[in-house]
Amino acid sequence: MLKNPENSPRFVVTQLNAWFSAHHVLRSVDMLIRDREVTAIIGPSGCGKSTFIRCLNRMHELVPGAKVAGSIQLDGEDIYQSDVDPVLLRRHVGMVFQKPNPFPTMTIRENVLSGLRLTGRLDRSTANSVVESALRRAALWDEVKDTLDKPGGSLSGGQQQRLCIARTLAVDPSVILMDEPCSALDPVATARIEDLLHTLKASYSIVIVTHSMQQASRVSDRTGFFLSGELIEFGDTDRIFTAPTDRRTEDYITGKFG
Amino acid sequence: MKRHVRKWSRRKETLFIGLCIVSLAVPLCLLFAMLIDVALDGISRIDWQFLTSYPSRRASSAGILPGLVGSAFLIVLTAVISLPMGVGAAIYLEEYGERGRLANLIEVNIANLAGVPSVIYGLLGLEIFVRFAGLDRSLLAGALTLSLLVLPVVIMATREALRVVPKTLREAALALGATRWQMVWRVVLPMAVPGIMTGAILSISRALGETAPLVVIGALTYVSFLPQDPMSAFTALPIQIFNWVSRPQAAFLENAAAAILVLLVVLLLANVVAIVIRNRYQKRIG
Repeated sequence: MLKNPENSPRFVVTQLNAWFSAHHVLRSVDMLIRDREVTAIIGPSGCGKSTFIRCLNRMHELVPGAKVAGSIQLDGEDIYQSDVDPVLLRRHVGMVFQKPNPFPTMTIRENVLSGLRLTGRLDRSTANSVVESALRRAALWDEVKDTLDKPGGSLSGGQQQRLCIARTLAVDPSVILMDEPCSALDPVATARIEDLLHTLKASYSIVIVTHSMQQASRVSDRTGFFLSGELIEFGDTDRIFTAPTDRRTEDYITGKFG
Repeated sequence: MKRHVRKWSRRKETLFIGLCIVSLAVPLCLLFAMLIDVALDGISRIDWQFLTSYPSRRASSAGILPGLVGSAFLIVLTAVISLPMGVGAAIYLEEYGERGRLANLIEVNIANLAGVPSVIYGLLGLEIFVRFAGLDRSLLAGALTLSLLVLPVVIMATREALRVVPKTLREAALALGATRWQMVWRVVLPMAVPGIMTGAILSISRALGETAPLVVIGALTYVSFLPQDPMSAFTALPIQIFNWVSRPQAAFLENAAAAILVLLVVLLLANVVAIVIRNRYQKRIG
């Protein structure tokens, strides 16, 4: 039984396979990612979870020798069709990375606007309101509103990560991918990001890769467990953590390996 | 036993530091000796008249104006030609070009080109720019030849600078929906400017001091006019120095020493400009 069956599907992943040269990293993955939900991807290191979300915004193919087969539909459209421009796709599917990576040559304000400026879509008359609204949505506004012209690198790690989230939100995506966004942060900063996820999922579809099962159980509505490139089990987070159907899932979440 | 080992390793460290200091001191002392020697010979000749006069048969009334102006023109032209070309080539090789055998071959070749004697570039310039392109013995032909000479250094320094821009920042830009070009232009290049400027400093210093290729393409040694445009005939400071050094009279040797001092000052000024640009960008990054 799905918890929120009324939420419409965003990503429909069918028979997804991915390779790095000869190395087969994803094997026949099927998954359905819904709107206004947090979908967590868990699994041990090297199980293909990062590769999986990097297929969703076509970042995987940037690595030389990387290959993808199968289909991923976003709102009914196959994003691997030849007429889909990955550059435009990435404006709809934002991504937050493992290590906070604000642009060091830019101020806080410039970092928030960087997506728009990079792509030549910055409208000066609305810039201030874009900065404020993105920073507010990333729960960072109150901390930086007086220091917008300081370098982005001057913030703490957790603030930098929220700045990166603000930067992603400013481009106005509808899906946000997060690749272990808290793994470089302390517990307090992690808690703030997790709180933020709860608010953000009201407006976005969020996919988060995490190595922490506690985090997955705290923040997500659905969870997928990957092992050696296969999606072993996928379903409601409550069920995955209380009554997994696959033996391997149970072993992993009870800490028998990983 | 233990104490003994520690004593010995400490001695080794002292020895090593001593060697380092010696290898720093020897070239520094030689350099200073040379500078002092040149300064003693030349400093008395440097005055306004020396800087603003044309060459003359009489050493006492000869000056370096055409060489100074020629060198200034050459440097600016060379920088304008070689920097955009070199940076562009490096961007292509580093950011767009496919990795593979051809890329390796090109890389090795560029590294080798940086080591080719400058006379060879002079011969190439003579054939291509002076004769084939019909530029004659002009400033432009000289600047193009010097550009060929410094291009490998510019390309290598720029590639190195591009390579150290972290992958995470490139990915951040691409994930925001930037095209490869937007990523390079707005994220990678600004971060690479300090490294590129270091390459530019090295190349400009080298070009400023070069004599051989300019002699080969036929820069004049006796010039009684100033270059008006890139197509003018010209001379340059190193050529003027070369010319004076080869004279038997002692007074001309003094002139040469004075011109060397001026060349050094020009070189330092050019480097200061590049270093200021570099530091400004480094501050923004740091």
